[in-house]
Amino acid sequence: MNLHEYQAKEILRAHGVNIPPGRIATTPAEAEAIAKEYGVPVMVKAQVHAGGRGKAGGVKFCKTSGEVKEKATAILGMKIKELTVEQVLVTVAADIGTEAYVGIIVDRATKKPVFMVSAAGGIDIEEVAASTPEKILYVPVDVRYGLPTYDAMRMGFFLYSDVKLARGAAKIMQQLYAAFMASGCSLAEINPLVVTPAGELVAVDGKMVIDDNELNRRPEIAALRDERSEEPSEVDARNANLTFIKLDGNVGCVVNGAGLAMATMDLVKYYGGEPANFLDIGGSSNPEKVVNALRIITADPNVKAILFNIFGGITRTDDVANGIVTATKANPLKVPIVIRLTGTNEEIAMRILKDNGFSASSDMDTAVQQAVALAKGGK
Amino acid sequence: MSVFIDKHTKLVVQGITGRDGSFHAKQMMEYGTQVVAGVTPGKGGQQFEGTVPIFNTVADAVQATGANTSVIYVPPPFAADAIMEAAASGVSLVVCITEGVPVLDMTKVYPFVKERGVRLIGPNCPGLITPGESKVGIIPGRICTPGPVGVVSRSGTLTYEVVYQLTRAGIGQTTCVGIGGDPINGTNFIDCLAAFEKDPATKAIAMMGEIGGTDEQEAAEFIRLQMKKPVVGFIAGQTAPPGRRMGHAGAIISGSSGTAQEKLEAFAAAGMGIAKRPIDFVELLKARL
Repeated sequence: MNLHEYQAKEILRAHGVNIPPGRIATTPAEAEAIAKEYGVPVMVKAQVHAGGRGKAGGVKFCKTSGEVKEKATAILGMKIKELTVEQVLVTVAADIGTEAYVGIIVDRATKKPVFMVSAAGGIDIEEVAASTPEKILYVPVDVRYGLPTYDAMRMGFFLYSDVKLARGAAKIMQQLYAAFMASGCSLAEINPLVVTPAGELVAVDGKMVIDDNELNRRPEIAALRDERSEEPSEVDARNANLTFIKLDGNVGCVVNGAGLAMATMDLVKYYGGEPANFLDIGGSSNPEKVVNALRIITADPNVKAILFNIFGGITRTDDVANGIVTATKANPLKVPIVIRLTGTNEEIAMRILKDNGFSASSDMDTAVQQAVALAKGGK
Repeated sequence: MSVFIDKHTKLVVQGITGRDGSFHAKQMMEYGTQVVAGVTPGKGGQQFEGTVPIFNTVADAVQATGANTSVIYVPPPFAADAIMEAAASGVSLVVCITEGVPVLDMTKVYPFVKERGVRLIGPNCPGLITPGESKVGIIPGRICTPGPVGVVSRSGTLTYEVVYQLTRAGIGQTTCVGIGGDPINGTNFIDCLAAFEKDPATKAIAMMGEIGGTDEQEAAEFIRLQMKKPVVGFIAGQTAPPGRRMGHAGAIISGSSGTAQEKLEAFAAAGMGIAKRPIDFVELLKARL
């Protein structure tokens, strides 16, 4: 789960990181009032889960409160990567001397949280890593001991030769690490970490990504989820305990298991079609899950054919068959459906489907080819 | 022959009285696995299915029964502790089926397990099966048959799909290992490939990877430099969009890294057979056996 910039900053501030004052506005008038309260200049920043906000015109520097109202009017309601901006952060603009990058991710290779720091801040760290890898210092952390001061100081001196700044940066690393661990992050970053002309260290932008597996035990973090910033069908699916990702194609896919779901999408593409979604109904599926899956998929007007691909291990294929029958009785399908079932209780499932006027195959390739052809044939 | 488990495997089931644990303990017993003990705190002294003794702790179970392998079916909040308990108990192999273990928990568990010289498979995996001898986990036994192919995969049902197609085509398996779909797991592709390379019964290997991370790329390099046996590979997620978690916590393209394209290029550079579809494993393996 991604946090908004303002949410990440609130967490970092609570851990002691020096962050310029700022508040959220949902109307231009509110934005103007916040600017008047803090005093200009301020930054007005779109709060959406998309990179490249600045390039898209979603981040503006404002010298007067009138300008704040004008820019907030332009930004609120604008679309950045198809996401509508519902709120802006109005925050005191820091004087920028130098900009550094400080980030921490869970690294799959070392199986540890790893710090990445670079004096080349303010830009995409991936670009720095690709073009000038020597400008990044990587420091893995053994979570059993936490981030030792000497490692934090090593990073501080990598960024700044001045000992006072190095100490200040080291302290921020430890605060960032504490916030990372306390929030169940898979990524946390401060970019840029600014040194003002007066020599003060300030975190001007913050980002946090939370490991979804942490949300059950961290209700206070789970409560930060902003459903308005997500695809409505994906919110619907999550509430129905389905893993669903909307795509742009026209073959709706219902599959059990993430690997098989990806392989099914790939096979649709292989046979010349385009998948409309990723959907994993999970292991121990009950008929209700299938009903919800069909409801979510058929709500997408792009879907021209539906493909079921079920390999019954724990999943009972007769449960899936019953779900298909129940769902289509309540809401008759307007697009063709192709069903592939094999595995646990396959004979029962096939009989249920046949008795209700559906045909089904036990071969994945055949089913995918049929679904692609039907999606292309239109009606 | 086989890797990791065989007919001598003596298994303790952690969470044996839970919904999933009890169901799969029965399935494993029916398959012929030696299930020698179960663990549920507070139910020590009882029996499972009238034959398997239940203990309060894994250490008690190991001491009383000589179990050498543990399988874990406990809910995600307790999984990290269950893995550490197993690793400290004296078993040499721990298989964690549980899905949804926080990755920061795994950053603590991984070094704990390594330092004790214990092999962990998973979490978030279907376990493993040596057809005709033993199964530990949830892979359906009837889709497997003994034979010369080692199977290793990050997925569950995709593994079943491929194994089923192999079995239908008369190609049996030495051992099928599901290493799991999480970003940090105990056993990676290279561990399994090295074990299959050493196993005299394994003549060829089927490897199913997916988007996210660099495990497949490193495996390809290992295959190129250190393996004589042929390996056929597949990558799921060629149509996956970047930045989205595709069901498995580990199946995510971060920035421009971890794409199917980059993994397939590594496979090609290692001279591996590349299955474009799951069904392609059949012909590609036939040609290599």
